[in-house]
Order: sequence, then C-alpha cells, then structure tokens
Amino acid sequence: MRELVFGRLGWEAIPWHEPILLGTFIAVALGAIALLALITYFRFWGSLWRDWITSIDHKKIGIMYVILGLVMLLRGFSDAVLMRAQQAMSFGDSTGFLPPHHYDQVFTAHGVIMIFFVAMPLVTGLMNFVVPLQIGARDVAFPFLNNFSFWMTASGAALVMMSLFVGEFARTGWLAYPPLSGIAYSPDVGVDYYIWSLQIAGVGTLLSGINLIVTIVKMRAPGMSLMKMPVFTWTALCTNVLIVAAFPVLTAVLALLSLDRYVGTNFFTSTLGGNAMMYVNLIWIWGHPEVYILILPAFGVFSEIVATFAGKRLFGYASMVYATVVITILSYLVWLHHFFTMGSGASVNSFFGITTMIISIPTGAKIFNWLFTMYHGRIRFELPMMWTVGFICTFTIGGMTGVLLAVPPADFVLHNSLFLVAHFHNVIIGGVVFGMFAGITYWFPKAFGFRLDPFWGKCTFWFWLVGFWFAFTPLYVLGLMGVTRRLSHFDDPGLQIWFEIAAFGAALIFLGIGSFIVQVIVSVRNRARLRDTTGDPWNGRTLEWSTSSPPPAYNFAFTPIVHDNDAWTDMKNNQYDRPVEGFIPIHMPKNTGAGFVIAMLSASCGFALIWHMWLPAAVAFAALLLAIIVHSFNYDRDYHVSAAEVLRVEAARTLSLAGRS
Amino acid sequence: MSGDGELHGPESAIEHAGSRKDYVTGFLLAVLLTAIPFWLVMGRVFGHPGLTAAIIIALAVVQIVVHMVYFLHMNTRTEGGWSLLALLFTTMLVVIALSGSLWVMYHLDHNMMPTGMPDTMQGAAPIPDPRTMP
Amino acid sequence: MPRYYLTIAHHPHNGTLLGFWLYLMSDCLVFACLFAVYAVLGRHYAGGPSGAELFDLPLVAVNTSLLLLSSITYGFAMLAMGGNRLRETMLWLASTGFLGAGFIGLELHEFAHLIADGAGPQRSAFLSSFFTLVGTHGLHVTFGIVWLITLMTQLSRYGLTAANRRRVMCLSMFWHFLDVVWIGVFTVVYLLGVLP
Repeated sequence: MRELVFGRLGWEAIPWHEPILLGTFIAVALGAIALLALITYFRFWGSLWRDWITSIDHKKIGIMYVILGLVMLLRGFSDAVLMRAQQAMSFGDSTGFLPPHHYDQVFTAHGVIMIFFVAMPLVTGLMNFVVPLQIGARDVAFPFLNNFSFWMTASGAALVMMSLFVGEFARTGWLAYPPLSGIAYSPDVGVDYYIWSLQIAGVGTLLSGINLIVTIVKMRAPGMSLMKMPVFTWTALCTNVLIVAAFPVLTAVLALLSLDRYVGTNFFTSTLGGNAMMYVNLIWIWGHPEVYILILPAFGVFSEIVATFAGKRLFGYASMVYATVVITILSYLVWLHHFFTMGSGASVNSFFGITTMIISIPTGAKIFNWLFTMYHGRIRFELPMMWTVGFICTFTIGGMTGVLLAVPPADFVLHNSLFLVAHFHNVIIGGVVFGMFAGITYWFPKAFGFRLDPFWGKCTFWFWLVGFWFAFTPLYVLGLMGVTRRLSHFDDPGLQIWFEIAAFGAALIFLGIGSFIVQVIVSVRNRARLRDTTGDPWNGRTLEWSTSSPPPAYNFAFTPIVHDNDAWTDMKNNQYDRPVEGFIPIHMPKNTGAGFVIAMLSASCGFALIWHMWLPAAVAFAALLLAIIVHSFNYDRDYHVSAAEVLRVEAARTLSLAGRS
Repeated sequence: MSGDGELHGPESAIEHAGSRKDYVTGFLLAVLLTAIPFWLVMGRVFGHPGLTAAIIIALAVVQIVVHMVYFLHMNTRTEGGWSLLALLFTTMLVVIALSGSLWVMYHLDHNMMPTGMPDTMQGAAPIPDPRTMP
Repeated sequence: MPRYYLTIAHHPHNGTLLGFWLYLMSDCLVFACLFAVYAVLGRHYAGGPSGAELFDLPLVAVNTSLLLLSSITYGFAMLAMGGNRLRETMLWLASTGFLGAGFIGLELHEFAHLIADGAGPQRSAFLSSFFTLVGTHGLHVTFGIVWLITLMTQLSRYGLTAANRRRVMCLSMFWHFLDVVWIGVFTVVYLLGVLP
C-alpha cells in the first residue's frame, strides 16, 4: 500500500548533499515566501484570483505568458552561466565544479526550458495579446480554452522546476534520444519529468494553436479580407497551423517513449525489434517545424516594426505572405538535415540537403522586403527599430551558417560540434530573442499604458548584442576546430582562451538581462512620466493602436470596419471620428477557475506518474475527468457589458485624449 | 467568441445536415468496400500478396472518401472551404510523414543494420535482452 | 453606417465546429505517427508470433461491422436532431453507445486473449506497435462513449439547445473520424498483417 501511494518518492529525492542545489532551493524558497508575503500585504489575493488566474481575457493571458517566459529565462540563463563557467575552467587536471552527472542535467534543462518554457510562452503570449486587437475582435474564439492552455503550459514549467529540488532532471539532451532515454539506461525520474512536463505543456500549446487559427479565420472585422490582415496576424496564422500540424507528432513520440519506459514495449529499444532511429526520425519531423513556430512570429513582429518606424507601408506585402506560407509548407520537407550523419545515404541526404537550401530563399526574400521598406523611409531609431537592425545583421549571419550546414559533406564534419551550437543560438537569439524583446518593447505601452524606459532599454540592447557575439563567435571557431558539444571537460589547454571569451560574452548578456529587469522597475516607478495617453505612442499602422492603452476589456466599443491594409493609418489619413455615444451592450465571456483547476490536476497526475505513485495518479486522473465533465455542465459562460458601462469607459478615454491634444 | 448562448450568425449547421438517402448510400458503399477486402484476403483470391495489398489499400482510400462525403458531409463549402483546406493539408502531411519515414528508415536500416534487411529477423532466434540477463 | 465602425452588434460566426475539425486533424496526425511506427516496425517479430499467426479475421470483421453500424446509427441520430425529435435522437445515440461498447468489449477480449498467450505488447516491436495503434483507437472510442453518456444526460436535462446541438455535431465528427481511422487499422494492421 505504501508503495502504491508513495511509489519511488522518498526523502532521498531531495538533494541534501548538493550544496549548489540546496543553496538554490533556499534562495527560491525565501523569494517565494517574500512574494507570498507581499501579495498578502497588498491584499492582492482576491484580485489575483478574480482578475488574473481566472481571467479569460486574451490580453491578461498574453501578459501572463510573457511573464512566465521571462521568469523561465532567468532559470534557463542560470543554466547557461553554469555551463560557460564550467567550460571556461575545466581543462587538464582541473575538473571545474560540475561533475558530468550534473553537467548533463544542466545542458538538458537549458535546452528544454529555453525552447518550451521561454521561447514558446513568449511567442504565444505576444500572439495572444496582439492578434485579436489587430483583427478588430473582442477576444479569441475559445476564451476558456485560452485560459486552460496557459495554465497547462505553466504546469509543465512547474514540473520542470520541481525536478531541480525533488529528484533529478534528464541527462539526455533536450530531445532525449533513446536508447539513452529508455528505461534501461535512464531508470531514474529525470526522463519522466521531461516526458510529463512536455506532454502537459504540449496539450496547452496544441489547443492554443487551434484557438488562434479559428480566431483569425472566423473573427476578423468586416472588410478585413485575408490579404488585408496585418503581417503579424499572417505569421501568427501560419505559426498556429504549424503548431496544430507538428505538436501531435511530439505527443505521439513522447507517448511511445513513455510506453517503452512504463509498460516495457519495444519501440525504441535495441532488442526485440525496436529501432531507436525511428524516434530520431519522428522527433525531428516535429522538431524542424518547431523552430519555424519560434521564428515566424518574430518575423511578424519585425514586419510591423519596420513599417511603423520607417513611416512607410511594408514593401512587398503579398510576397511576405507567400514567403510565410511557403516556409510553412517547406518546413515539413527538411527534417533529416538534423541527422545527416546517421547513415541514410547519398540519395536521402541530397534530397534533404537541397530542400534545406531552398527553404532559406523565402526568408531571404523577407529580409530584402524589410530592407526595401527601410529604403527611402524616414527611420526613427526607437528601441524596437534598434532590435530590428540588430536582428537583421545577427540573424542573417546565423542563417548563412545554416545553409553551410545544409551541405551534407560539411555537416559530416560539423554535426554536433560547437559550430552547430553557435548556429542555432545565432538564429534563435538573433531571431527569436531579439524579436521578443522588440515585440515586448513595442507593445508594452499598449498592454500597460506607459512606455518602457528608453535608456535602460538601450543598455539591454547593447549588452545583448555585443554579449551574444562575444559568447558565440568563439564557439564557431571551436566548432570549426572540431570541438564537440555537451562536453564538461577538455584536455587541450589551447582551447581555453576561446571558452574564456565566451564566458565574458555570457557575462555581458547577464548585464543585458539585469538591465532589462532594471528597465522594468524604473519604468514602473516613472510610469507617470512615461504614460501613453493617446493609445498610439509610435504612430502605429494597425488596429490595436486605435484602442486606449491599455484597451478596455471589450477591446472595441464598436467593431471596426476595415477598408485597406494598415487599417489604422487609413483611418488616421481619413479624419476618422472616434464615436462617443450610441453605445450598445457588449457580449463578453465570463471568467472561470475551471481551467486552473483542471491544469493543477493534470500537473498532480504528472507528478504522481513520474514517481510511480500509482494510486494518487489514478485518483488525480479520475478527478481530472470529473472536473472536465462537471465543467461541461456549466452553460452559463457569458454576460453583457451594459451600454452605460461602455459609455463610462469611453467617456474617460475622451477626457484623457482631450487632455493631451 | 463562441459563448454557449444564442445562435450567432448564419449557422453552418444547415450545411452539416445530410439526408437519409446520403447516410444509407454511404453505409451500403462502406459495407461493400469492407466486404471485398476481407473476402480478398480471407479467401486468398489472388495468389499475389502484393496485388492484394495494392487493391485493399486502394479500396480503403475509396472508403475513406465515402465516409468523408456521405457521413462527414465534406464539400468545398463547409466552413467556407477551410475544412477541406485543413483536410488536404493534413493529408499532405500524413503522406509526407508516412512516405518520408518509410524512405528514411529503409535507407538507415539498409545501410546501418548489422544483418542487413530487418525482415530477416523473422523466424530467427531472438537477441538476448540485457535487462533479463543475470 | 459610419465608414469605420459598425453601430450594430457584431456576432462573429461560431467557431466551434471548425475548431473541433482542426482538433480532429491534429488527432489524424497522432494516428499517422502510430501508423508510421507500425509500418516501420510491423514486421519486427523478434522471433515471436506474426500477424498471420495471431489475427482472428472473422472477429475483426464482426468488430468492423459493429463500428460501421454505429456510424449509421449516429447518422440517424443527427437526422432526428435535425427534425427536432429529442426522444428519437436519444434512442439512436443510445444505440450508437451500445454498438461502441460492443466494439470495445470484443477488442478487450481480443487483447486479453493475446496477452494470455504470451503475445503481449512487450513481446516484440510488432506487438508493441499493434497494441498501441489499435489500443489508442480503442481509447478514443472509449472516451467517445463517456462523452456520449455525458451528452445524453445534458440532452435529457436541457434539450436540443443550440449549444447541445453543436456538441452533438462535434461528437458526430469524432465518431465518424474514428470509423475512418478504423478503415486504416483493419486494412493496414489486420488484412495486410495476415498477408505474407
């Protein structure tokens, strides 16, 4: 009975003998207690539950996703600092401070967290916040599912964080290839933490993908045909198509791996007919579209920013759309380039090498379009534009190293070297991270009603840009010299200088992250001075800038009618008169705690499964099903905002606009 | 948004209603398209397994289309054409994933497996499993 | 009407049916992966039994008939709903549920038999793929039955409201989709599995 309830969970799961972990745990515990105390002191619990946790408002959910992503960035970056420090020190007789057993967990956690719990939430958060506003809608198609999706992602993140303090994480790398990730070679809880946190977060991501596609297809304002949508909405549509088309593959593969581990099946074992390469094959059928899921929204962000800050319509709108759609389709035809070296032979390798080179072409077209937009524009070098220029320079080089890797014979030398590591960080940091910082800076005033402090923003930008190049150029050099990835110790002292330079780069990025935190704090303190009273601080071109900052819960008092691309610019150019009367009741969805509850039950079930606590797992699963069924009996899911309330809100905005004109 | 309240906008439910004739026709076609493959295999009608395989796969594809048209009322107008587009896109991906996996795995096995073709495993003595070794 | 905004209430078209269809497409891809795994590993018998030795085709034919019948009973339920006949709708839904339960019952019987004979999912990659592909389909049918019972309860309590109609339509799509997947299963797993 004891085993049914507690499984393999015991006191030894807590890392009493690991000083680094114990120290981290104490720091985190103290921080958590401080946070709980602050919430209590400011009597924020009620508002936290009513206005945030149970909120189905896409704007609040988008903000929560971004906060989750930024918090997890701190954890993921801590892992990076640990790796840079270890690799800068560990030469010859010195073995650094991280034995391989821990180092392997660090690089695995770093990858998993950065991709699934930093990049994905940031991207999803931006799309969630911006898309309904850009298409003139009041919310997404399925607001309750939206809330549920967020809490599932957060639950996945929570499970990963728990692995730091209860048990261990996987030591397999971020994709957990079998046979290493199979039960025979990783019998402990690490890979199970990996599987369940990703499966739970994956459900959230998949539902969010469906949600946004239906939103864009069904809820565009009248007059907004597909070819009149903002480019960010187009990239969001394609991204979410990729999500719905790719994540099921990840779900299936991880399920098969968990069957191998829990039931003893033989999908990926090395005996009884299993084939580990099938895992590699399937996981990259997911993995390649995944990287396009990350980058397409960033491309969308840059398209919006370039047009706004060059003061011109985006060059080549139609070709941007076609390029995005082509990328979406082609991303399914390149996956083998992640394992050229596994022996599939010349015919297979050539096919995928060629498709990989072809897929760089639409991206190149996009870069030219951005440059042509800037050409002969009156460019304002506000922060979002600085991030954009940083991106164009950095990402382009990263893309070129990608095309180099696309040549199979070259890849045979560079596969799994630090050159590869430098390449993907080049495109992910230069593309996704810079894109997210650009998007956050750009839409922050819309979300919170005041701009971010420009000085600290510039510090953030320069530390990140310079830091990135210092951190990763040495890795290109090392990779070309033949150094393999994921090593925690080196014998050749001649390599050490490069790792030391890389560590210096990491230190600069550390200052960049620090600057960002300072930027947020300073901006909040100075929000009166930085206030955005018009709702349109950048002279934007799309509909979200027609609302107040922040927008009312219902987004638009009257649904907009669209006549042209850059709908807001069109309205401004034609002396648009903002309505101040004649408002009607607005139909809105109600908040609910069901999403939070179901997600927490899922996380509990996941934790129980990880630790083989079969009875709690069964109970949690049954409770989960029950909660879903009970929720389905709730038909009372909406309400109306009265016309009087709308009038009150809009009148307040009229005053605020008048006070500043 | 889709609140569980009153009907909003022209309900596409009307497009979803099939007729009794549609369902019965679809059912009879499906029965036929199921009976034939079972008969071909159980009755060993063709001596050639490759030919049988090709025919029953073709019939399965036809039956899937029958289900799509007669039971799921799939046409170019459902949901403004988005349903069909989603189905075609998914079909394309399924074809890529299936054929791509088969192609890649065949080459990997052929080049990298120690005994060559994996089919030669049939009837061979099982490789000992390290987990069960003392 | 002013040029840039609608002064009347704007009701976007309901997205539930499209959303559910997209979910089904994602489910299609999950099954596609399982089929791909079956296609690659389906002849890896590891010295153990093959499909030809194990599969009971008459039983599979019975199962296929049950599922196909359940598809048409659901179709009749949809027609009854279109004609606003609640009791008849419930009758056809119940029939669908019973046929589905029969399908699951037979499948569980088949699985139990195989496992008792030493041909369980751990025996070989072929059997792992078999049990997973067929079992995942069976799990979907089971969830469909649970959903059906829930929906019938909601129909008896609240009647044929717009929300309930949408739910019946979604379950209809789900149910027919499972029959479509079964076409793939009986063809690729059972019929092809028996061929040399």
